[in-house]
Amino acid sequence: MVDIWSGLVQAAWLVGTLDAELLEIALRSLKVTLSALVIASLIALPLAALLAVRRFRFRRTVIAVLNALMGLPPVVVGLVVYVLLSRSGPLGVLGLLFTPTAMVIAQVVIIVPLIASIAHQSIRDLWQEYHDLLISMNVTQGQKIRTLLWDSRRALLTAALAGFGRGIGEVGAIMIVGGNIDHATRVLTTAIALETGKGNFALALALGFVLIALAIAVNLAIHALSRTEREGRW
Amino acid sequence: MKHLILSLALIACSGAALAAETMKMAVTTSFHNSGLADVLLPRIAADLDLEVQLLVVGTGQAIRLGEAGDVDAILVHSRGAEETFVAARNGTHRREIMYNDFVFIGPESDPADIAGAPSATEALQRIAAAEAPFVSRGDDSGTHKKELSLWDDAGQDPATLHDWYKPVGAGMGAALNTAAGMGAYIMSDRASWLNFGNKGDLALLFSGDAVLFNQYAYLPVNPEKHGHVKHDLAMKLEDWLVSDTAKTLIDGYTIDGETLFVFNAKAAD
Repeated sequence: MVDIWSGLVQAAWLVGTLDAELLEIALRSLKVTLSALVIASLIALPLAALLAVRRFRFRRTVIAVLNALMGLPPVVVGLVVYVLLSRSGPLGVLGLLFTPTAMVIAQVVIIVPLIASIAHQSIRDLWQEYHDLLISMNVTQGQKIRTLLWDSRRALLTAALAGFGRGIGEVGAIMIVGGNIDHATRVLTTAIALETGKGNFALALALGFVLIALAIAVNLAIHALSRTEREGRW
Repeated sequence: MKHLILSLALIACSGAALAAETMKMAVTTSFHNSGLADVLLPRIAADLDLEVQLLVVGTGQAIRLGEAGDVDAILVHSRGAEETFVAARNGTHRREIMYNDFVFIGPESDPADIAGAPSATEALQRIAAAEAPFVSRGDDSGTHKKELSLWDDAGQDPATLHDWYKPVGAGMGAALNTAAGMGAYIMSDRASWLNFGNKGDLALLFSGDAVLFNQYAYLPVNPEKHGHVKHDLAMKLEDWLVSDTAKTLIDGYTIDGETLFVFNAKAAD
């Protein structure tokens, strides 16, 4: 209990004094996860819509696999990305290992299935509603996908925020591919793991509280910017 | 949506790294936990205009990173593994830099009475005889390998040791946390122990036996095997690490008034 209390005090102190190191790793956390989120959304959302409107042979299998991959263990993703990006791996010439880019790649792999699965669920429901209308208007596949994505934007936001949540709190993969290098690839979660390892529970908890506050702030900001939860807008 | 993209772009632009030259070095958790890196790295940056990025891993992983060419040099403490590394031409050579020592930590009540043991092997035999809980790193690190060789000297085989022997497969700090939680014995390097913040009712019970000395060596990764490694920077760093500046900093580094490392690099041959 003493640790939790001193953690809270330390968190308030770090934030209050705008600690330079904290600012650096918090910004890096945001940068990595938001970049991963944007890339993952660009892949996952059209994929989800496509899975809803297109009928093809292995559609069910693809959806089932996508759903199963929501539980992909980050540490395994990290290991696979590490082996691929390692200098002795197939993509080694790019020299991406232990850079923020490698961390973004790993997080994209982790959150794409999650965003796609949640998005597919809501787009499918909307598609049932719109099916006859859109077919009768004889629109193209592309127009269908665009209409569905736009009209289910609120649910898609939830999907994206779920992806953000999984990314920002993730440590297993980015520890392996990022290496937790001070001033280069250290982010909030890896710093928490490091301080726990040193037995500095108060500082580790303080960073943890900062991370939680950051996640809440980002969610609130996205809601405010996209004007959800307001009357008469949807 | 436009606000979103704009703010994302802003975040992406900020915080680009600024350093003249950078190299990557894999070091062991015990070295990093000692806090010595925080003294050496700023000085290296000032003297050589070189940013050394540390990857803090166990010796096993450090050696794998060197083999794969993912780092430019490694600083580890497991002589056997280091010699294999050089013999396989993964590293150009092995340069001894400094040593510190291992200590036995355990509950203050010391149920196995290792504090009065005449030697490290005798201390381990007493723990085994008392079947007192013992936490092992179990992660193929230099510290773990050292511990296994000590058990071997004590005539015990960790593979057949029973419930009281607990390999946790974790770094030094995490293993110390486990030992503190269970009130178990553990072997740690002195630096990690002194810097450890969650001592609980653990205490340093045994130290000083010469077999517990822990030699750190610096191994640059072989550029013939991995053309992209920054061998010239790795050599520049080695020259600095064996210099008088490094000697003063390493010998002068203390925690709570205790000296941790002894510089013992030999002049170039």
